[in-house]
Amino acid sequence: MTYSNKVLDHYENPRNAGSFAQDEEGVATGMVGAPACGDVMKLQIKVSKDGIIEDARFKTYGCGSAIASSSLVTEWVKGKTLDEALTIKNARIAEELALPPVKIHCSVLAEDAIRAAVADYKKKHGEK
Amino acid sequence: MVKLPIYLDYSATTPVDPGVVQAMIPWLAERFGNPASRSHAFGWEADAAVEKARENVAMLVGADSREIIWTSGATESNNLAIKGAAHFHKEKGRHIITLKTEHKAVLDTVRELEREGFAATYLGVQESGLIDLGAFRAALRPDTSVVSVMLVNNEIGVIQPVGEIGAICREKGIVFHVDAAQATGKVEIDLLKLPVDLMSFSAHKTYGPKGIGALFVRRKPRARLEAQMHGGGHERGLRSGTLPTHQIVGMGEAFRLARENMASELPRIRALRDRLLAGISGIEAAYVNGGMAPEHRVPHNLNVSFAYVEGESLMMSIKDIAVSSGSACTSASLEPSYVLRALGRDDELAHSSIRFTLGRFTTTEEIDHAIEVLRRGVAKLRDLSPLWEMAQAGIDLDTVQWAAH
Repeated sequence: MTYSNKVLDHYENPRNAGSFAQDEEGVATGMVGAPACGDVMKLQIKVSKDGIIEDARFKTYGCGSAIASSSLVTEWVKGKTLDEALTIKNARIAEELALPPVKIHCSVLAEDAIRAAVADYKKKHGEK
Repeated sequence: MVKLPIYLDYSATTPVDPGVVQAMIPWLAERFGNPASRSHAFGWEADAAVEKARENVAMLVGADSREIIWTSGATESNNLAIKGAAHFHKEKGRHIITLKTEHKAVLDTVRELEREGFAATYLGVQESGLIDLGAFRAALRPDTSVVSVMLVNNEIGVIQPVGEIGAICREKGIVFHVDAAQATGKVEIDLLKLPVDLMSFSAHKTYGPKGIGALFVRRKPRARLEAQMHGGGHERGLRSGTLPTHQIVGMGEAFRLARENMASELPRIRALRDRLLAGISGIEAAYVNGGMAPEHRVPHNLNVSFAYVEGESLMMSIKDIAVSSGSACTSASLEPSYVLRALGRDDELAHSSIRFTLGRFTTTEEIDHAIEVLRRGVAKLRDLSPLWEMAQAGIDLDTVQWAAH
């Protein structure tokens, strides 16, 4: 598989890799994918009192483009409101990283991870 | 300093041995004759070279040179053997048995025969990767006409007991084909004793050139085939097409070198493989795929799953080491290795597998470097892995409800 320089850069220097403590104030977690399918992404967001995502972390089991996609979305969600974060679409992720067609599912998974993290936050904070 | 990148993918292909290259060169421009030209010296010398090569191929495997048919490679040999025998004996029976862990060149050929109306049984294997002879006997039917089992598996390097399988086939009058593409120069093959009717060979897995192979077709008792390629009647009508003299000379020389070097090469490669295994054993949650019993695995192969790390990303992190992986991400089908799944490995471990295959030019320094790079790569990716984090926290991953996608 020949990857774009952007994928290689995120793979070599992953941004915001790591974890927040689950019970930390304002932290929500989205976990998507399955080991049997070869990729699992965990995306955590830390939301301030006024509803802005001030920080994010990821951990990903998967191929290079799965790691790059999740690394990229941690950068993109920062500074956004929850609703703004939900506007990040897989097509933009795929375009930014120049993912080959067989790797589009990695960007879809990254979008799903954002949705799952936001949903977790809303659930924890009693929003529907 | 060790020279990078390091090649540990000898089961994909091998470099042509420098001695083989030298042997081939004169047969391109200088001595270019068609071995089928019976009327002049150009043809005669090419024919003599082809026959000498045939002798060398036959000698490595204990065959008579008249039992060797040239083909374009093991894929063609497998096609010719399985389709050729199935078609020839179709009045007698239309049932074929093979293993789930065979190479695609066998599996896809049998699938094609199924489309033509033949029946097929794809036998599972034991956790070691070896055939269960009891299950094999049970799968035999009165109309079983062809059995095809590989000698050495390409992914996990295990050696099937083809002598025992062949004896059962003999007893029942069933044609027995063996794909030995991965076996030449790695295990002793003595067709004088082995009850095998047809055996496929490849040059490029044994330091010969790509694009040339051979099929052993036993004379006594005679193995009967229907040709798949028609034309000028070359190779006793079994495989028409002008013989590529330089390729054939290359295969002959490669097999001669294999015969000459095997005794010294095998212990050396085994020591290197064991060194690699010892280095990998220091890595937590690394599991060897396939049985390691020395009599049932070639010394060249090590296949390991590094749990909680995906194979393709691991290959990226060890980018100066050329290996292959059973990860779906490395296959066109997006399915993880069917061979590892047949061993009963779960999908996650199949995704996490790396195949290391060593060869004639592998050095101790290369193995030591590979171990170091691998340790770093696995540690880096586990740091990034949510599965590793969960496992460390004592969570049983099998109990987690995954959102499948």
